Amino acid sequence: MLEKLLLIWLLPLAAFLIQVFLGKRLYRRGDWVSCGAVFTSFIFSCVLFFNMLGEHNPHFKWTTSWDWIFLPDFQLKFGLLVDTVTLSMLVVITLVSLLVHVYSIGYMAGDKLYSRYFAYLSFFTFSMVGLVLVDNLFSIYIFWELVGLASYLLIGFWFEKPSASNAAKKAFLTTRIGDIGMFLGILIIFFNTNGILEYEKLFQYVADGKFTGEFLGMSLLTVAGILLFFGAIGKSAQFPLHIWLPDAMEGPTPVSALIHAATMVAAGVYLVTRMFVFFTPDALLFIAYIGSFTALFAATMALTHNDIKKVLAYSTISQLGYMMMGLGVGAYVAGFLHLVTHAAFKASLFLCSGSVIHAAHTQDMRQMGGLKQKMPITFWATLIATLSISGVPFFSGFVSKDMLLAGALSFATENPQHALIAIFAFITAGLTAFYMFRLVFMTFFGAPKDPKVFSHAHESPLTMTLPLMILSVLSFGFIFTYNHWFEAIIQKPALLNYQSGLSVGSLKALGHAPHDASHLITVILSIALAGTGIFLSYLFYFKGVLSAKNWAHRFQSMYQTLVHLYWVDELYEWTVVRPLIRLNNFMAHFDNRVIDDRLVDGWVPLTSNTAFYSGDFDNVAIDQTLVDGTGLSIAKGGMEVRKIQTGRIQQYLILALAALCIILLILML
Amino acid sequence: MMTIGLFHYLTVSSILFALGIIAILSRRNAIGILLGIELVMNAAGINFVAFSRYVASDLSGQIFSLFIIVIAASEVVVALAILLRIYMNRQTIDIEDVGEMKC
Repeated sequence: MLEKLLLIWLLPLAAFLIQVFLGKRLYRRGDWVSCGAVFTSFIFSCVLFFNMLGEHNPHFKWTTSWDWIFLPDFQLKFGLLVDTVTLSMLVVITLVSLLVHVYSIGYMAGDKLYSRYFAYLSFFTFSMVGLVLVDNLFSIYIFWELVGLASYLLIGFWFEKPSASNAAKKAFLTTRIGDIGMFLGILIIFFNTNGILEYEKLFQYVADGKFTGEFLGMSLLTVAGILLFFGAIGKSAQFPLHIWLPDAMEGPTPVSALIHAATMVAAGVYLVTRMFVFFTPDALLFIAYIGSFTALFAATMALTHNDIKKVLAYSTISQLGYMMMGLGVGAYVAGFLHLVTHAAFKASLFLCSGSVIHAAHTQDMRQMGGLKQKMPITFWATLIATLSISGVPFFSGFVSKDMLLAGALSFATENPQHALIAIFAFITAGLTAFYMFRLVFMTFFGAPKDPKVFSHAHESPLTMTLPLMILSVLSFGFIFTYNHWFEAIIQKPALLNYQSGLSVGSLKALGHAPHDASHLITVILSIALAGTGIFLSYLFYFKGVLSAKNWAHRFQSMYQTLVHLYWVDELYEWTVVRPLIRLNNFMAHFDNRVIDDRLVDGWVPLTSNTAFYSGDFDNVAIDQTLVDGTGLSIAKGGMEVRKIQTGRIQQYLILALAALCIILLILML
Repeated sequence: MMTIGLFHYLTVSSILFALGIIAILSRRNAIGILLGIELVMNAAGINFVAFSRYVASDLSGQIFSLFIIVIAASEVVVALAILLRIYMNRQTIDIEDVGEMKC
């Protein structure tokens, strides 16, 4: 077990190191090293996963740990925790990573930093696998930041473009804001529990009711949970830190598929999944509200955009919001299943968009159209993934989304005061179908809008279409419903017994599965909503019966709000960025004028005078008097003594006799 | 009639020694200094013989004086050879003029 895990984990790291140092000198610039490493990781992940699946044991668990920091009163361990969630994540990560690696061979062909690109991809895979493997909050924070770094490097991969390097910085800084919250949450837990950071021990600690304390009228447990969730808000691009994800589309498209659709952004969802029992009902309610609001918010923003990748980016934010909402309302299995299904169909969508961009050399959907004949494989893959994300029956998105909506609905029926969550979720379902079909219609159907784009378009090479086909197969619903294997291995953990007074008594549905009745209503509602969305989209963008332009004109103010993304970026620009820059300028000014000129330069007279006098002292007292003085006086003495040596032999003899006489006199006396 | 004893020998040798020292100190000619040295040595030889006869009553003193004579002769040989070389180099044996060895 351990050997396999280490292989899964460290092979991508080895590939990264090889690529970084030797990449340029290897055959084919080393793409086979990364692909091979990730392929091996994928195979071993599958072996472990299917072994576990064969056991049908939802309580499967395997742990190991090593001492890391070992002090008398403080111990930090580095441990691995493998359970069904981990293994599912491992398969998702390594599969998508492998497909993206293969796809990139075609997509990135001829790029001058080809080997570095693969190095970064492998590095990301290593970090992400580490993130799901570790068993404590401290270690997950490390890998949390490492995937952030990998994301930064890959978004800014074409760093000579200012927009790309700016987007990379924006992504890094925005997620860092969330990470501060997460770090504070970890600190609260660390001090409250005296250093217990392992998930299992922490849950036990909370279950024993030892986690106490209040902050501003809320229990400290809730505060810690919400702060931890801030990390997820940043990483999973939830409102209000969603602004980085659309800009992150400046990176190469396969990167968007891997990091900004399937895996890294799911890290936030994974964190919430992993820490699920830690969150108090209050914290879960917060998560549900953030999630459902983000889902609706991002879906509306996707309606008006014409950049094919940006639409997908907003769609990703929206779907991540769904997952968060699902976890928040207690639909644990649904949230995690949506993570898995979304990874497949959203990666597929991004890779399809990459294929389209590769062929059309533009990201603007207004210049595309009619690409269906030119790129049949890409078209069919996009269509399947779109049907899946829209929640059409028999596709994977339907399975998970139906469960999510059922969870939201049953939560809303139990807690009517929080019905807004469910309403947002259902509206989002309709919007999703609308904007996704808008994308398909604008890109693949209708008359070619730009003859130049159309004539250049061609189907992508096999390395790019093969991943599309595999992901398309995985977008079918039966893969996830067959024999109910998913529900068999992923089960909602029992909620901890929170102390009375901590939980909001009215939140009833958190503990148990959604009702069958709400399932039926959900199925009908979601199919109806998806159908309406698709139909409207058909009318607008295929038939042209309804004109988008007229509607935009009629609802000008609303349209402008959507085009400008609710002015969130502008809001941050004015409230955060500008004041910060002004503060920075002031600080720089203060630093220059006061610190530098007054304080630092103020020492100049003192120090220079001191230096001058000490130099003088050194010259005169030490050098001339002591050092040279000794030599001079000895030389002078020598000159004096030398005068005795006259060279007159008789003088010497007289002196010798005189000495003899003196000695004799002394002896006689 | 006064008998000649140790005192007389010592007196003679003292006179010889003094004359020798005076010669060494006062002569400027190197040959003169050499002669003075010979006088000092002979004074020492007389002392040895006199002490041998009156005090020690064995022959070791006389044998010593024989050694002194031989040493004096060989010393004169070496010294005269040096003086000869000096004279051939600078046509003088005045010791005032030979002062290179002083620094």
